[in-house]
Amino acid sequence: MARGSLRTLVAEGVTTTTGSDGAAPAPTTRPAVDEHDLIRRLRAGDEDAFATVVERHHAAMVRVALGYVRTPAVAEEVAQEAWLGLLRGLDTFEGRSSLRTWLFRIVVNRAISTGVRERVHLPVDNSALETENGHFSQDGRWVSPPVHWADEAVDRLAAPELAQRVRLAIELLPPQQRQVVTLRDVEGLSSTEVCEVLGITEGNQRVLLHRGRGRVRGDLEREMLS
Amino acid sequence: MRWRRRRPKGRDLTCQQAVALVTAYLDGGLERDDRELFEAHLKECEHCAEHLKQIEVTMAVAGRVRDDDLDPLAREDLMDLYRRWRDDPAPR
Repeated sequence: MARGSLRTLVAEGVTTTTGSDGAAPAPTTRPAVDEHDLIRRLRAGDEDAFATVVERHHAAMVRVALGYVRTPAVAEEVAQEAWLGLLRGLDTFEGRSSLRTWLFRIVVNRAISTGVRERVHLPVDNSALETENGHFSQDGRWVSPPVHWADEAVDRLAAPELAQRVRLAIELLPPQQRQVVTLRDVEGLSSTEVCEVLGITEGNQRVLLHRGRGRVRGDLEREMLS
Repeated sequence: MRWRRRRPKGRDLTCQQAVALVTAYLDGGLERDDRELFEAHLKECEHCAEHLKQIEVTMAVAGRVRDDDLDPLAREDLMDLYRRWRDDPAPR
Protein backbone atom coordinates (compact mmCIF):
# COMPACT_ATOMS: atom_id res chain seq x y z
CA MET A 1 0.00 0.00 0.00
CA ALA A 2 1.56 3.26 -1.08
CA ARG A 3 1.99 5.90 1.56
CA GLY A 4 0.34 9.25 1.16
CA SER A 5 -2.86 7.72 -0.13
CA LEU A 6 -4.46 7.66 3.29
CA ARG A 7 -7.04 10.26 2.52
CA THR A 8 -8.20 8.27 -0.44
CA LEU A 9 -8.25 5.12 1.67
CA VAL A 10 -10.26 6.74 4.37
CA ALA A 11 -12.57 8.29 1.83
CA GLU A 12 -13.22 4.87 0.34
CA GLY A 13 -13.86 3.20 3.65
CA VAL A 14 -15.67 6.07 5.26
CA THR A 15 -17.86 8.70 3.70
CA THR A 16 -16.95 11.36 6.16
CA THR A 17 -13.70 12.94 5.11
CA THR A 18 -13.51 16.40 3.74
CA GLY A 19 -12.61 17.17 0.17
CA SER A 20 -9.24 18.69 -0.64
CA ASP A 21 -10.77 22.14 -0.28
CA GLY A 22 -11.98 21.26 3.20
CA ALA A 23 -15.60 21.66 2.20
CA ALA A 24 -18.20 19.54 3.92
CA PRO A 25 -18.89 16.25 2.17
CA ALA A 26 -22.07 16.05 0.19
CA PRO A 27 -24.89 14.63 2.27
CA THR A 28 -25.38 10.97 1.53
CA THR A 29 -28.94 10.76 2.78
CA ARG A 30 -30.43 10.62 -0.70
CA PRO A 31 -31.43 7.09 -1.63
CA ALA A 32 -29.52 5.28 -4.33
CA VAL A 33 -31.26 5.26 -7.66
CA ASP A 34 -32.05 1.55 -7.57
CA GLU A 35 -33.67 1.75 -4.14
CA HIS A 36 -36.96 2.98 -5.54
CA ASP A 37 -36.98 -0.04 -7.78
CA LEU A 38 -36.10 -2.36 -4.88
CA ILE A 39 -38.89 -0.91 -2.74
CA ARG A 40 -41.36 -1.35 -5.57
CA ARG A 41 -40.31 -4.99 -5.97
CA LEU A 42 -40.46 -5.59 -2.21
CA ARG A 43 -44.02 -4.30 -2.13
CA ALA A 44 -44.83 -6.61 -5.03
CA GLY A 45 -43.56 -9.65 -3.10
CA ASP A 46 -40.33 -10.23 -5.04
CA GLU A 47 -38.14 -12.63 -3.02
CA ASP A 48 -34.98 -11.74 -4.96
CA ALA A 49 -35.43 -8.11 -3.99
CA PHE A 50 -35.73 -9.08 -0.33
CA ALA A 51 -32.67 -11.32 -0.56
CA THR A 52 -30.77 -8.39 -2.06
CA VAL A 53 -31.61 -5.96 0.73
CA VAL A 54 -30.94 -8.61 3.36
CA GLU A 55 -27.49 -9.29 1.88
CA ARG A 56 -26.83 -5.59 1.76
CA HIS A 57 -27.96 -4.53 5.21
CA HIS A 58 -28.53 -7.36 7.67
CA ALA A 59 -24.97 -7.73 9.01
CA ALA A 60 -24.75 -3.97 9.50
CA MET A 61 -28.10 -3.94 11.30
CA VAL A 62 -26.84 -6.58 13.72
CA ARG A 63 -23.73 -4.46 14.34
CA VAL A 64 -25.87 -1.41 15.00
CA ALA A 65 -28.07 -3.39 17.38
CA LEU A 66 -24.93 -4.49 19.20
CA GLY A 67 -24.45 -0.84 20.07
CA TYR A 68 -27.44 -1.30 22.40
CA VAL A 69 -27.55 -4.90 23.46
CA ARG A 70 -24.89 -7.09 24.96
CA THR A 71 -25.24 -10.39 23.16
CA PRO A 72 -25.11 -11.21 19.45
CA ALA A 73 -28.21 -13.39 19.85
CA VAL A 74 -30.30 -10.48 21.11
CA ALA A 75 -28.84 -8.22 18.42
CA GLU A 76 -29.89 -10.78 15.80
CA GLU A 77 -33.42 -10.79 17.24
CA VAL A 78 -33.58 -7.01 17.19
CA ALA A 79 -32.45 -6.98 13.56
CA GLN A 80 -35.08 -9.58 12.63
CA GLU A 81 -37.79 -7.53 14.32
CA ALA A 82 -36.54 -4.52 12.41
CA TRP A 83 -37.03 -6.36 9.13
CA LEU A 84 -40.61 -7.05 10.11
CA GLY A 85 -40.93 -3.37 10.95
CA LEU A 86 -39.62 -2.53 7.49
CA LEU A 87 -42.15 -4.81 5.80
CA ARG A 88 -45.03 -3.39 7.82
CA GLY A 89 -43.94 0.14 7.02
CA LEU A 90 -43.20 -0.46 3.33
CA ASP A 91 -46.32 1.34 2.16
CA THR A 92 -45.43 4.44 4.12
CA PHE A 93 -41.79 4.64 3.03
CA GLU A 94 -41.45 7.80 1.00
CA GLY A 95 -37.80 7.55 0.12
CA ARG A 96 -36.86 10.77 1.86
CA SER A 97 -33.95 9.05 3.53
CA SER A 98 -31.96 6.11 2.25
CA LEU A 99 -33.23 2.61 2.91
CA ARG A 100 -30.18 2.02 5.09
CA THR A 101 -30.84 5.07 7.27
CA TRP A 102 -34.45 4.02 7.60
CA LEU A 103 -33.52 0.45 8.56
CA PHE A 104 -30.95 1.62 11.11
CA ARG A 105 -33.53 3.91 12.66
CA ILE A 106 -35.95 0.99 13.02
CA VAL A 107 -33.16 -1.09 14.58
CA VAL A 108 -32.40 1.64 17.10
CA ASN A 109 -36.08 2.08 17.96
CA ARG A 110 -36.53 -1.66 18.40
CA ALA A 111 -33.44 -1.93 20.56
CA ILE A 112 -34.68 0.91 22.74
CA SER A 113 -38.22 -0.43 22.96
CA THR A 114 -36.95 -3.78 24.22
CA GLY A 115 -35.84 -1.79 27.22
CA VAL A 116 -32.17 -2.42 26.91
CA ARG A 117 -31.03 1.12 26.31
CA GLU A 118 -28.14 1.88 28.54
CA ARG A 119 -27.64 4.98 30.63
CA VAL A 120 -26.95 8.25 28.93
CA HIS A 121 -23.55 9.69 29.75
CA LEU A 122 -23.91 13.25 28.57
CA PRO A 123 -22.76 15.90 29.00
CA VAL A 124 -19.16 14.94 28.68
CA ASP A 125 -16.38 16.20 30.82
CA ASN A 126 -13.86 18.08 28.73
CA SER A 127 -10.82 17.08 30.74
CA ALA A 128 -11.58 13.40 30.22
CA LEU A 129 -12.14 14.17 26.56
CA GLU A 130 -8.66 15.50 26.07
CA THR A 131 -6.70 12.86 27.93
CA GLU A 132 -7.94 10.25 25.46
CA ASN A 133 -6.23 12.21 22.72
CA GLY A 134 -2.94 12.97 24.44
CA HIS A 135 -1.58 14.73 27.48
CA PHE A 136 -0.90 18.44 27.39
CA SER A 137 0.85 20.92 29.60
CA GLN A 138 -0.89 24.01 30.95
CA ASP A 139 0.20 26.02 27.93
CA GLY A 140 -1.27 23.40 25.61
CA ARG A 141 1.89 21.63 24.48
CA TRP A 142 2.29 17.89 24.21
CA VAL A 143 3.69 16.47 27.45
CA SER A 144 4.83 13.36 25.65
CA PRO A 145 4.70 13.85 21.88
CA PRO A 146 3.05 11.06 19.91
CA VAL A 147 5.20 8.14 18.87
CA HIS A 148 5.10 7.88 15.08
CA TRP A 149 3.32 4.76 13.88
CA ALA A 150 0.67 6.02 11.45
CA ASP A 151 2.73 5.40 8.31
CA GLU A 152 3.50 1.88 9.39
CA ALA A 153 -0.19 1.29 10.11
CA VAL A 154 -1.06 2.49 6.61
CA ASP A 155 1.33 -0.13 5.26
CA ARG A 156 -0.34 -2.78 7.42
CA LEU A 157 -3.88 -1.60 6.86
CA ALA A 158 -5.12 -4.99 5.70
CA ALA A 159 -3.55 -6.88 8.64
CA PRO A 160 -6.27 -8.89 10.41
CA GLU A 161 -4.78 -8.21 13.86
CA LEU A 162 -5.31 -4.47 13.39
CA ALA A 163 -8.95 -4.92 12.40
CA GLN A 164 -9.42 -7.34 15.29
CA ARG A 165 -7.93 -4.87 17.77
CA VAL A 166 -10.08 -2.02 16.47
CA ARG A 167 -13.22 -4.18 16.50
CA LEU A 168 -12.58 -5.02 20.15
CA ALA A 169 -11.78 -1.41 21.00
CA ILE A 170 -15.11 -0.31 19.52
CA GLU A 171 -16.97 -3.03 21.44
CA LEU A 172 -15.47 -1.76 24.67
CA LEU A 173 -16.48 1.87 24.16
CA PRO A 174 -19.24 3.35 26.32
CA PRO A 175 -22.60 2.75 24.56
CA GLN A 176 -23.16 6.13 22.96
CA GLN A 177 -19.60 6.38 21.67
CA ARG A 178 -19.85 2.82 20.39
CA GLN A 179 -23.07 3.63 18.53
CA VAL A 180 -21.65 6.72 16.88
CA VAL A 181 -18.26 5.19 15.97
CA THR A 182 -19.95 2.09 14.56
CA LEU A 183 -22.29 4.09 12.37
CA ARG A 184 -19.71 6.63 11.24
CA ASP A 185 -16.48 4.69 10.87
CA VAL A 186 -17.58 1.08 10.42
CA GLU A 187 -20.77 1.58 8.42
CA GLY A 188 -19.67 4.82 6.80
CA LEU A 189 -22.74 6.96 7.46
CA SER A 190 -22.48 10.73 7.24
CA SER A 191 -22.85 12.83 10.37
CA THR A 192 -26.29 13.94 9.16
CA GLU A 193 -27.41 10.35 8.81
CA VAL A 194 -26.05 9.40 12.23
CA CYS A 195 -27.93 12.27 13.86
CA GLU A 196 -31.07 11.14 12.08
CA VAL A 197 -30.66 7.49 13.11
CA LEU A 198 -29.75 8.17 16.72
CA GLY A 199 -31.85 11.28 17.23
CA ILE A 200 -28.94 13.31 18.58
CA THR A 201 -27.66 16.77 17.72
CA GLU A 202 -24.70 17.45 15.45
CA GLY A 203 -22.74 18.75 18.44
CA ASN A 204 -23.37 15.66 20.53
CA GLN A 205 -22.53 13.44 17.63
CA ARG A 206 -19.19 15.15 17.17
CA VAL A 207 -18.25 15.01 20.83
CA LEU A 208 -19.09 11.31 21.03
CA LEU A 209 -17.19 10.61 17.83
CA HIS A 210 -14.18 12.59 19.01
CA ARG A 211 -13.99 10.70 22.29
CA GLY A 212 -14.70 7.32 20.74
CA ARG A 213 -12.15 7.69 17.97
CA GLY A 214 -9.62 8.92 20.50
CA ARG A 215 -10.01 5.77 22.57
CA VAL A 216 -9.90 3.47 19.57
CA ARG A 217 -6.78 5.29 18.38
CA GLY A 218 -5.20 4.60 21.77
CA ASP A 219 -5.94 0.89 21.49
CA LEU A 220 -4.63 0.74 17.95
CA GLU A 221 -1.49 2.47 19.16
CA ARG A 222 -0.97 -0.19 21.82
CA GLU A 223 -1.31 -2.83 19.11
CA MET A 224 1.15 -1.03 16.84
CA LEU A 225 3.74 -0.59 19.58
CA SER A 226 3.40 -4.06 21.07
CA MET B 1 -5.62 51.36 2.45
CA ARG B 2 -7.12 47.92 2.30
CA TRP B 3 -6.82 45.87 5.44
CA ARG B 4 -5.07 42.61 4.77
CA ARG B 5 -5.71 39.59 6.84
CA ARG B 6 -2.58 38.31 8.55
CA ARG B 7 -1.74 34.85 7.43
CA PRO B 8 -2.25 32.44 10.32
CA LYS B 9 0.86 31.03 11.94
CA GLY B 10 1.24 27.62 13.50
CA ARG B 11 1.66 29.03 16.99
CA ASP B 12 -1.69 30.83 16.83
CA LEU B 13 -3.13 27.54 18.00
CA THR B 14 -1.82 25.36 20.81
CA CYS B 15 -1.33 21.65 20.22
CA GLN B 16 -4.15 20.93 22.65
CA GLN B 17 -6.49 23.20 20.71
CA ALA B 18 -5.44 21.65 17.41
CA VAL B 19 -6.09 18.12 18.69
CA ALA B 20 -9.50 19.20 20.01
CA LEU B 21 -10.42 20.38 16.49
CA VAL B 22 -9.42 17.21 14.62
CA THR B 23 -12.88 15.65 14.45
CA ALA B 24 -14.55 18.88 13.37
CA TYR B 25 -11.82 19.38 10.78
CA LEU B 26 -12.28 15.91 9.30
CA ASP B 27 -16.02 16.53 9.12
CA GLY B 28 -15.54 19.77 7.25
CA GLY B 29 -17.17 21.44 10.23
CA LEU B 30 -14.65 24.24 10.81
CA GLU B 31 -15.26 27.83 9.78
CA ARG B 32 -12.71 29.08 7.27
CA ASP B 33 -10.67 31.01 9.84
CA ASP B 34 -10.44 28.04 12.16
CA ARG B 35 -9.59 25.74 9.31
CA GLU B 36 -6.74 27.99 8.22
CA LEU B 37 -5.43 28.19 11.76
CA PHE B 38 -5.63 24.43 12.06
CA GLU B 39 -3.88 23.80 8.77
CA ALA B 40 -1.16 26.34 9.56
CA HIS B 41 -0.54 24.62 12.87
CA LEU B 42 -0.38 21.18 11.27
CA LYS B 43 2.12 22.41 8.71
CA GLU B 44 4.49 23.45 11.45
CA CYS B 45 3.83 20.79 14.07
CA GLU B 46 4.88 17.25 13.29
CA HIS B 47 3.34 15.96 16.52
CA CYS B 48 -0.14 17.17 15.68
CA ALA B 49 0.30 16.10 12.06
CA GLU B 50 1.12 12.61 13.29
CA HIS B 51 -1.90 12.66 15.60
CA LEU B 52 -4.20 13.57 12.72
CA LYS B 53 -2.69 10.81 10.63
CA GLN B 54 -3.26 8.33 13.47
CA ILE B 55 -6.91 9.31 13.70
CA GLU B 56 -7.26 8.90 9.93
CA VAL B 57 -5.65 5.48 9.95
CA THR B 58 -7.87 4.49 12.91
CA MET B 59 -10.89 5.42 10.77
CA ALA B 60 -9.48 3.47 7.85
CA VAL B 61 -8.99 0.32 9.95
CA ALA B 62 -12.48 0.73 11.45
CA GLY B 63 -13.85 0.80 7.90
CA ARG B 64 -12.36 -2.66 7.41
CA VAL B 65 -13.83 -4.44 10.40
CA ARG B 66 -17.10 -5.08 8.59
CA ASP B 67 -17.99 -8.67 8.15
CA ASP B 68 -20.97 -8.85 5.86
CA ASP B 69 -21.09 -12.62 5.60
CA LEU B 70 -24.55 -13.73 6.41
CA ASP B 71 -25.24 -16.85 8.44
CA PRO B 72 -27.25 -19.10 6.06
CA LEU B 73 -29.69 -19.89 8.88
CA ALA B 74 -30.30 -16.22 9.55
CA ARG B 75 -30.87 -15.69 5.84
CA GLU B 76 -33.37 -18.54 5.73
CA ASP B 77 -35.22 -17.16 8.79
CA LEU B 78 -35.48 -13.80 7.10
CA MET B 79 -36.69 -15.26 3.82
CA ASP B 80 -39.38 -17.12 5.79
CA LEU B 81 -40.33 -13.88 7.48
CA TYR B 82 -40.73 -12.24 4.08
CA ARG B 83 -42.83 -15.06 2.67
CA ARG B 84 -45.13 -14.99 5.70
CA TRP B 85 -45.53 -11.24 5.38
CA ARG B 86 -46.17 -11.50 1.65
CA ASP B 87 -48.79 -14.20 2.06
CA ASP B 88 -50.50 -12.39 4.92
CA PRO B 89 -49.49 -8.75 4.97
CA ALA B 90 -51.98 -7.84 7.69
CA PRO B 91 -50.29 -6.87 10.98
CA ARG B 92 -49.85 -9.87 13.23
